[in-house]
Amino acid sequence: MSDASFLDLERLTLAYGDTPAVKDLDLSIGRGELVALLGPSGCGKTTTMRSIAGLLKPRSGKIRLDGVDITRVPANKRAVGLVFQSYALFPHLSVFENVAFGLRLKKIPKPELEKRVETGLKSVGLSKFASRKPAELSGGQQQRVALARSMVMEPKVLLLDEPLSNLDARLRLEMRTELQRVQKESGITMIFVTHDQGEALALADRIVVMLDGRIEQIGTPEEIYNAPISAFVADFVGFENVFPVEAGKLRTPQGLFAPQSPVPNGVAGLAWRPTGVHLGTGNFQGTVRGTSFAGRTREYLLDSPLGTIKAEADAGAASYEIGAAVPFSLPVENAALLSRFG
Amino acid sequence: MTSRILSTAILGAVMIFLIGPFFIIVAASLSAGETLAFPPQGLSFRWVLKVFEIESFRSSFAMSMMLAVFGTLAALLIGTPVSYALARYKLPLGETIRTIVSAPIIVPGIVVGLALLRYLVIPFGFNLTLALFMAHTALVLPYAVRVVSASMTNLRSDIEEAAVLLGCSRLGAFLRVVLPNIRGGILAAFILGFVTSFNQVPVSLFLSGPGIRTLPIDMLAYLETTYDPSVAALSALLAFMSIGIVFLAERFLGFSRYV
Repeated sequence: MSDASFLDLERLTLAYGDTPAVKDLDLSIGRGELVALLGPSGCGKTTTMRSIAGLLKPRSGKIRLDGVDITRVPANKRAVGLVFQSYALFPHLSVFENVAFGLRLKKIPKPELEKRVETGLKSVGLSKFASRKPAELSGGQQQRVALARSMVMEPKVLLLDEPLSNLDARLRLEMRTELQRVQKESGITMIFVTHDQGEALALADRIVVMLDGRIEQIGTPEEIYNAPISAFVADFVGFENVFPVEAGKLRTPQGLFAPQSPVPNGVAGLAWRPTGVHLGTGNFQGTVRGTSFAGRTREYLLDSPLGTIKAEADAGAASYEIGAAVPFSLPVENAALLSRFG
Repeated sequence: MTSRILSTAILGAVMIFLIGPFFIIVAASLSAGETLAFPPQGLSFRWVLKVFEIESFRSSFAMSMMLAVFGTLAALLIGTPVSYALARYKLPLGETIRTIVSAPIIVPGIVVGLALLRYLVIPFGFNLTLALFMAHTALVLPYAVRVVSASMTNLRSDIEEAAVLLGCSRLGAFLRVVLPNIRGGILAAFILGFVTSFNQVPVSLFLSGPGIRTLPIDMLAYLETTYDPSVAALSALLAFMSIGIVFLAERFLGFSRYV
């Protein structure tokens, strides 16, 4: 990770038609960073990516890459690569010609071109498939061709649109490792778009969580996972019991409730993971509405004066039947302290 | 069992109805007699050979060929960009454009022919060959747009964006990535358009003049004065030409995928 800003988005506003999809976005990405744009569909992550690629003109704002303002530079002159979610391979061309496509346009001499294509195919383990057509490859292989096709162009930034979402579970792990390896070996700056927090946490150096065309939070995977700062991010990374705080108490539709220990000042909300809810003793009383076995733990759905609480406890500990009354507490030390709510 | 026999009989009847005339024509063209008749009187190739000697057939064949080739090419030149635009962009008048482009198949050929004659050729002394060319282009356009559109819908638009990001201009992406992938559709549209134009009668009927006739019109005119088997011979030759074209198209393009 580098401190020098390599790709800068400044007050970027993007729109399709009249409704803005992204509003006044500021984001700085360092050279060689692997960044995830994470958020639900419609949050503006794909729109942001398309504008970096030059496929969408910003309404206002600036995009700077490697010290040069590229806001008005057309997509075919930007040195930005994009691996499409659908791979977008050229169906009429062989794997070799797909990878060679951009190099041919650049009029790279034949010996060098062949060498670069072969190196590119080798780096994604597809040398044997050079003469195949895309339709003769599996989804995972097609994606690796798409990756090689972008990489041989030696782009300054490589964008990936939902790189793992079309793959099955086994291939997903393989591709994740592959992407990390390619990124470490080439030192290329990579930005990928995903709606899957697991992917973002596993792959990225830094995560940008987006919602409604704004950035909710930027941080390392650890920061995002352990210390979400808004109700949305908290819920997104698994703090499923989220409460706004009012006058040092939890606000619920049923009224205000004080957790066991005092709430620090300046906190707008508190959120607990199911594992952070303490079962067996405490100042709240719940009734088990549902329960399910999850291997090492057991999950509970509790009806309580605070509303529905999701809890998860060691499967080895005391278990509760449906309908059983369970005392519980919400320890503040287990909670994520939210500085923004809503 | 009875239903099986019945369905075979119906199928047989339909086949005879569709293909039978072709055999009658072929048989009649091989007649050695002086008049168009079935069954043929004797067997000879004299009428087949005579077809090539009739001057007016030669010139009207050339006219039909020219109209079919250039009319279809012109229709493709207009129709391919139209198909592209209709497939890629949400045009404000998209449906209207689609309807206008399809109109020549819906409006009866007689109406089109009469309209062109009454409002273009008569008042402005419009060149007949040019009028025929325009009419044939318009008649083939719907097929061009339909068939090319069909091959375009299977093509994802992001491959063009991929080409642009690899350095292509917008036009370059169309030429390098879109065109090669719809080539089969364009060739299929060409063949369909060619055959449609070649067989066209009602419009061409109105746009004929001294020395300017398409082959089907010329054949009709010939039949009015001369009732010999040479028309049958010419019909058989044309049928074999069509079969040959479609066979080759199917063999090399998988024509039936597009039509």
